[in-house]
Amino acid sequence: MTRAFRELLAYREILLILIWRDLKTRYRGSVLGFLWTFLNPLLLMVTYSLVFSVYMRVEIRAYPIFLFAGLLPWIWFSSAMLSGAGSIVESGNLIKRVPFPPHILPAVSVTATLINFLLALPLLVAFMVAWGFPLGWSLVTLPLTIAVQYVFTLGLAIVMSMLTVRYRDLQQLLANVLTLWFFLTPVLYPTTMVPTRFQGFLLLNPMAVLVASFQDALYGAHAPSLRHLAVVAVFAIAVFGLALALSDRLRWGLAEQV
Amino acid sequence: MPAAIELHAISKRFRFHGGRPPTTVKSAVLELVGGRRHRLKERFAALRDIDLTVEEGRTLGIVGANGSGKSTLLKLIAGIYRPDSGTLRVRGRVAPLIELGAGFHPELTGRENIVINGIILGMSQREVRRRLDEIVEFSGLAEFIDAPARTYSSGMYMRLGFAVAVHLDPDVLLMDEVLAVGDEAFARKCADRLAEFRRLGKTILLVTHDPAAVERWCDEAVWLDRGVMKAAGAPRKVIDLYRQAVAEQESGMLARSYEEPAPPEVGTTVGTTVPTLDRWGTREIEIERVRLDDAHGHERYVYASGEPVTIRFRYRVHHAVDSRVFGFAILRNDGLWVYGTNTNLAKISLPDLRNAGEVEVTIDSLDLIAGSYFVDVAVHAQDGTPYDYHSRRYPFSVRDEGTEQGVTKIRHRWRIIPRDARDRTS
Repeated sequence: MTRAFRELLAYREILLILIWRDLKTRYRGSVLGFLWTFLNPLLLMVTYSLVFSVYMRVEIRAYPIFLFAGLLPWIWFSSAMLSGAGSIVESGNLIKRVPFPPHILPAVSVTATLINFLLALPLLVAFMVAWGFPLGWSLVTLPLTIAVQYVFTLGLAIVMSMLTVRYRDLQQLLANVLTLWFFLTPVLYPTTMVPTRFQGFLLLNPMAVLVASFQDALYGAHAPSLRHLAVVAVFAIAVFGLALALSDRLRWGLAEQV
Repeated sequence: MPAAIELHAISKRFRFHGGRPPTTVKSAVLELVGGRRHRLKERFAALRDIDLTVEEGRTLGIVGANGSGKSTLLKLIAGIYRPDSGTLRVRGRVAPLIELGAGFHPELTGRENIVINGIILGMSQREVRRRLDEIVEFSGLAEFIDAPARTYSSGMYMRLGFAVAVHLDPDVLLMDEVLAVGDEAFARKCADRLAEFRRLGKTILLVTHDPAAVERWCDEAVWLDRGVMKAAGAPRKVIDLYRQAVAEQESGMLARSYEEPAPPEVGTTVGTTVPTLDRWGTREIEIERVRLDDAHGHERYVYASGEPVTIRFRYRVHHAVDSRVFGFAILRNDGLWVYGTNTNLAKISLPDLRNAGEVEVTIDSLDLIAGSYFVDVAVHAQDGTPYDYHSRRYPFSVRDEGTEQGVTKIRHRWRIIPRDARDRTS
């Protein structure tokens, strides 16, 4: 486990170059290029706002801002998981050609999507300013929330990427699970809308806590529940540790199976 | 010299592909629910009990047929696979040129791919940038280097990969069949580079099908056969053993062509036999059990150029005929008629054939250029009417270490007589 962790640091130059490759190739050859980073969440925001704010008339103040605050971290999470899960299978030729710690590959996916998230974040802040939202002290909690989500996503993506080598249909399964997970996570609705008896259920979902933390800091302009965040942080570290342990156990088989 | 690579009792097994049913979540769940766990834990040994020591600065050649474990051995040494048992020690930085172009992406330019590939192979960012021009120059792709790699031919891809790989500064170089990259000029550049690595005292492992490359480059050699080390030592010795084994195996395969298909009973009746592409005739006299024997009378189908060969076959007379001629011919596998003659042309008077017998044609020296050939045999009437003609049924092959061109070796002598031009004018 500690070995797998040290490798993440030791291979940082490879990690960085692969992230660069990932970002570069994702947008090269597409007309809109890097604008996609912004366009995708924007389109989602416009559509959801239309449906929930205009058609269904959900009474939430500045709904597009609320929605964007939760949608961005969710998009980061789901795109990281989807690309991360397939990362080892797709880069099979890499681990068959050079000795290579396989968990670097999901780390590339999670970090590259984090960069997309960080690039889209100023757009949200610009919207908030335009809407007349106060930019409060609560924003300083963002790095903490981002760090917790990063560790959680990375751990989960490593596990999924390794299992996907053996169970190839896991990626499709994951896409379906993510859709359900999305609706169970308070992105489209605030946690306050959830009936009290289901609140506990919400706390079992680390993404619910993380998304709510983003919404609190950005839209709510108050600090998120640090207690909840701490619980998720402990859980995230446990998942991450498990993932690294799994990497130590499974890595040798991967180059043969991929 | 200290050892750069030390392997002791290394074994590696793989699972059979497909021997492991649950490759999807669905099938795994079904298996669990159905309670049928038909997991075939079948494995095959890719390498068995390999002991190998390579001293620093030596070049080791590894020969063997496909699937003999050569690449597995390299991947173990590279650290891509882990052995199931045994100990393995490698000293210094290893450059695995096993499959080139790790990390290449078709959408990126050649230049960008060089950087990625270099870093993945263990160079630092700074190192790659410093050597970038050198690498581009070596690849010979300068004019395409800023075009996306997807526009490259496969040869260009390989050249780019090779160019990066040889600019690593490894202590141990693992090369898998990559010498045969690109055109002649590039191959020469690669060869020069390899020579330079040897001069610099790098330890090199060279996996190849080509025994000549081993003889040319290697200080020592090993021969792997189905995961077992069959021979190790001086390249010449190892290669001779390997070549011999390959020839024996090929001879065995060729011998199968000579096995007589059980003739249908009706075929023995004269005139009713249906001609096939490789056999026709009226069968008054029939030829059977064709074989080639070497000088010791052993059946063999792979010969060294210049060896004696005896073509031997039996005949059976079904209807006594007065007019009969035996003939044979040698064809190259592309159909070129190399040589043909018969008892009539050779003015051999045939004895009374009785009702059966044997024919032997001895060729004192099979002076053919290396390649695949057929021997044809026939018995026919003076006017050419075939009784039994066997064509392109009997393959054999000729090996030769020389590189002469053409079909057959024509014996010759050279004399070169220098004379000063001044003498001639005076």
